[in-house]
Amino acid sequence: MEFDFAAEQPKFLMLMYGLVAFVAVVGGLLLLLDVVPAWFARRREAQLVAASASGAPIPRRRKPREGVFALFFLLPTLLLLAIGLVVPAVRTVLLSFMDQGSNDWVGLRNYGWMFSEDSIVRVLLNTLIWVLLVPLVATTFGLVYAVLVDKARFEAVAKSLIFLPMAISFVGASIIWKFVYAYRGDGQEQIGLLNQIVVSLGGEPKQWLLDSPLNTLLLIVIMVWIQAGFAMVVLSAAIKAIPADIVEAARLDGVTPWQMFWQITMPSIRPALIVVVVTLSIATLKVFDIVRTSTNGNYDTSVIANEMYNQAFRYGENGQGSALAVFLFVLVIPIVIYQIRNIRQQREG
Amino acid sequence: MTTATPTVAAGTQKTGGRGTSTAGRVRRRLNSRTATVVSIVIAVFWTIPTFGLFVSSIRPEDEIKSSGWWNFFTSPSFTLENYQEVLFGRSSSSGQLASYFINSLAITIPSVLFPIAFAALAAYALAWINFRGRDWLYVAIFALQIVPLQMALVPLLKFFSTGVTVGGVTILPAWDLVDEQKFAQVWFAHTCFALPFAVFLLHNFMSQLPGELMESARVDGATHPKIFRSIVLPLITPALAAIGIFQFLWVWNDLLVALIFAGGGDETAPLTVRLAEMAGTRGNEWQRLTAGAFVSIVVPLIVFLSLQRYFVRGLLAGSVKG
Repeated sequence: MEFDFAAEQPKFLMLMYGLVAFVAVVGGLLLLLDVVPAWFARRREAQLVAASASGAPIPRRRKPREGVFALFFLLPTLLLLAIGLVVPAVRTVLLSFMDQGSNDWVGLRNYGWMFSEDSIVRVLLNTLIWVLLVPLVATTFGLVYAVLVDKARFEAVAKSLIFLPMAISFVGASIIWKFVYAYRGDGQEQIGLLNQIVVSLGGEPKQWLLDSPLNTLLLIVIMVWIQAGFAMVVLSAAIKAIPADIVEAARLDGVTPWQMFWQITMPSIRPALIVVVVTLSIATLKVFDIVRTSTNGNYDTSVIANEMYNQAFRYGENGQGSALAVFLFVLVIPIVIYQIRNIRQQREG
Repeated sequence: MTTATPTVAAGTQKTGGRGTSTAGRVRRRLNSRTATVVSIVIAVFWTIPTFGLFVSSIRPEDEIKSSGWWNFFTSPSFTLENYQEVLFGRSSSSGQLASYFINSLAITIPSVLFPIAFAALAAYALAWINFRGRDWLYVAIFALQIVPLQMALVPLLKFFSTGVTVGGVTILPAWDLVDEQKFAQVWFAHTCFALPFAVFLLHNFMSQLPGELMESARVDGATHPKIFRSIVLPLITPALAAIGIFQFLWVWNDLLVALIFAGGGDETAPLTVRLAEMAGTRGNEWQRLTAGAFVSIVVPLIVFLSLQRYFVRGLLAGSVKG
């Protein structure tokens, strides 16, 4: 073991600075919020005393200044959101109309490039496949599993098993699955589970991640594997929220489990189902880590988020990278509007 | 008298479903058996990849590379050398993950604390302080959730490296951070990106607190900071825990933000960055990759398993109620 602990000291020091800053900022803010109103209260009291002593009319008590309070409470959040999200978003939109060094305006050229370059069209198509398949398959698996283990004996354990990948990083998950997809030449002993299965069924081992479009599908499996747990947990909660008397009444009417599922369960959990699909769609649009770790976007597997990183941070093409980011944003907007409308309907209904 | 009702119930049921009763029961039992089998198959399918990774990580190097991990059960041989190597080894190819592990910790702790504190304050103002434009502001913050991270990266990086100048006047200087100081950039970025969701989730919890509680405290002369600290904070502890776990998992598992704001060196890059790099350049060093991946997932797994209940609560509050 040759680990040098002393070399790590600056990091702990920096961490300590961070914690001190946290205490100072948050503590300071709370203190400020305490001190300032107290000062105002004292001043008003002094005014009252002075007024009553001199016999002058008592000054009217002013309305408590709620807005000022709100401003202080909101200050850090608004400041950070402005610096971290609002201004950058606006700037990215502007950058997307400029050339690679962000010096000259080029109009829609970056967007034209996006839809005319073959490799980028491929990226857009891949993203489409991802966003169609991941929510569909993950939600289906989650729903089937939630229905199957509902009220089963080992429900808690069974649900934890599916939910567990949620805690694993996309990078970790990609390595896990790369190992499943691992390839050894024909005749050698396989170390990847998938090839072992293929071989023992009499097939030939394959380089799974090299063949398009199969490789994209195999990467999608990773995302489904991670996200199905989320779908399962939310849908399971929705299923449990179905009123017992409805289920009981249906059972007395002698419906089959199949009818029960389609006529009672599905309509009841529809709002939760929509939320799951929407959330998964947004998460899928932004997916980056899986593609980067597994194939680095090679062999026709790249997606928008990955290509955006490549353009902006590896090739120095700020304009093109920004255009991809803006396109991503545009894709997300309708999904979110749909979700907001659904939430509103749900509140009214 | 007491036995009459069940008899009647049994009678109607019998006449109601005479034709299907036996067949129905058999079919139901078959159904539940299929259900069990299918659910077990899914559970196994979901667990085996991780399990295989774990088994591989404790096998000797030459065995990992020459035979499948399932052979462990017929010819078990066990070693911790992979972990030793990947965590503490000093050769450049070994991983040196211990160092990156510390980076992950240093990045994660402030990146969880800052947004929660700020979001709690903001959510309180949005839920319980009356001021003009409150709802409008809440909707605006909610809507910021849809800005993809990718849109913010280039300008934010520029903000750190060149500061803010308006019309030739420097308002904020460049941060000019080196080595460990780059942690500050990562904290800043994570805090910004976490805020919309955290505010949204905490606002959901806070606005459900009973209004009479606040009213009576106000009547007694309590100020907003006092109400926030002594009434609201204790009541929303479960929500704070939920959002804390969320943020912890998100930051610990993040690759994109760290890749851009932390740099790739062992002074600042977290585990995920190092692992992604190892997977790319040394994709066949399975003894290191499997052990390394397991090192990176073990902390979130522990957090997740011990606090799963809060996490699920947070998930449901955020996604179902909207």
